Amino acid sequence: MALISVRDLHVYLGESHVLQGVSFEVEEGGVTALLGRNGVGKTTTLRAMLGLVPRRGSVRLQFKGGAGEELVRAPTHQIIRRGIGYVPEDRDVFAGLTVDENLRLAERNGNARYELVYELFPELKTRGAQKAGTLSGGQQQMVAIARALLNENPILLVDEPTKGLAPLLVTEVAAALERAAELATVLLVEQNLAVVQRVATSVVVVDGGRVVHSGPARELLDSPERVQAMLGVHGGGHR
Amino acid sequence: MSTFVLLTITGLGLGAMYFLIASGLSLIYGLMGVLNFAHGAFLTVGAYVTWWTSTHVGGGPGVKLLVGALAGLAVGALLAGLVELVLIRPLYRRHIEQVLVTVGLALALGALVQAIWGVDARAFPVPDWMIDTTTILGANIANDRFVEIAAAVLVFVGLTAFLRYTRFGLIIRAGVENRAMVTALGIDVRRAFTLVFALGGAVAALAGVLSGVYFGVVDPGRGTSLLIFAFIVVVIGGFGSIGGTAVAAVAVGLVQQYANYYTTGLGDLAVVLLLALVLLLKPEGLAPKVAH
Repeated sequence: MALISVRDLHVYLGESHVLQGVSFEVEEGGVTALLGRNGVGKTTTLRAMLGLVPRRGSVRLQFKGGAGEELVRAPTHQIIRRGIGYVPEDRDVFAGLTVDENLRLAERNGNARYELVYELFPELKTRGAQKAGTLSGGQQQMVAIARALLNENPILLVDEPTKGLAPLLVTEVAAALERAAELATVLLVEQNLAVVQRVATSVVVVDGGRVVHSGPARELLDSPERVQAMLGVHGGGHR
Repeated sequence: MSTFVLLTITGLGLGAMYFLIASGLSLIYGLMGVLNFAHGAFLTVGAYVTWWTSTHVGGGPGVKLLVGALAGLAVGALLAGLVELVLIRPLYRRHIEQVLVTVGLALALGALVQAIWGVDARAFPVPDWMIDTTTILGANIANDRFVEIAAAVLVFVGLTAFLRYTRFGLIIRAGVENRAMVTALGIDVRRAFTLVFALGGAVAALAGVLSGVYFGVVDPGRGTSLLIFAFIVVVIGGFGSIGGTAVAAVAVGLVQQYANYYTTGLGDLAVVLLLALVLLLKPEGLAPKVAH
């Protein structure tokens, strides 16, 4: 039984039918990469799963030994509280709050994992009193990932964490993702194929608002022709 | 010199009232995107409940005013909280409908107040010491002006501390910046909505109490007339900013007083010109979209 089952997910944004029946499953453990060209609906898929955009269809959560839960009828904060951490595209840190306040806001109970967060991103400890809006893009990404890792979330939805980052920071974020994958099941939207090759265990490819391929990561990524055909890039390249 | 001092302190007293109305209005819009045209009605209801309660309790004018004010604030908070729960929440993200509802509610509450207590102004319970004057640099200033200023300063400090040091304050400050991301952290931001509405209602009711003291009477149109200036204050200060609202309220109160005196009654026009100037030079307001 899959941990997350997305069935026939539809999203309309204005006149645009962005998701046209997206269906896929995420197995427990590892990193599932949600891939596709720009504008095919990857970010919208994550946002729809969390109820951040109006949607129709089914998103079921099935923890081992627990009863399955339908998420589509629940409001966003309740979906998150079922154990999902979310790292949004463009970070969405609260610019007017300090780094400490950004993290404190994310605390959901008394078991916040500050040791883990500071071990992964020591810089956040020294910059605790700094306004998040004055951080560099890479530092803001650290805050965004730290917020998701702070709670013991069995699932992480991570949207383009390396977007716009310098190569050194991409490596650091990829290492953080690897560590996160040891602690949680990760659904990752990522354009950087090098990062995908490093961390992904399975892939789901979206095109034109629908899923066109899903399976083990190696099966797709080891075939440059298929990567070229499905993603419009050369395998192993950096878009 | 004495005239200038008098105008300044009177302007600050007026600015204090504008701040009390505008702070709730600003937080409500900053957090929820709701233009609450019923906010003035919270002020009117708060003032009337204060007056009505004061006529039904014993003791001197000071006790009457204090007990009445507590009742007025409680009713203001309760009314505003109920309005959010019953009328605003079902219209979340439907801004046009929200505006229509709050305008309709303002009209309905105004009519209700008139139906219950009539259209005539009612004398407010004002203790003698508030009517007495204190002489500063040759100017005889009514003591109630200092009460109004002190109340606004206390509310400003209290709101700032609340926003800075409490978890609810943290949620509100974050929500003003990015409401969707707050919910994506697992926080039920709707509770903050209700709290901000109730808080805004209580502070508007306090403005109603102080306006009763300032003018000596309370009338059904009080909230509406002050709300117009409160909106101007919010636009100048920047939606969602308590600091910006405070600065803008002081500026509007002072400009209005000075212009009224030195230009023979063009105070309201001067305020509108100030608004136009800010919109031209800094359209987003003095301190936009950050609750601090």
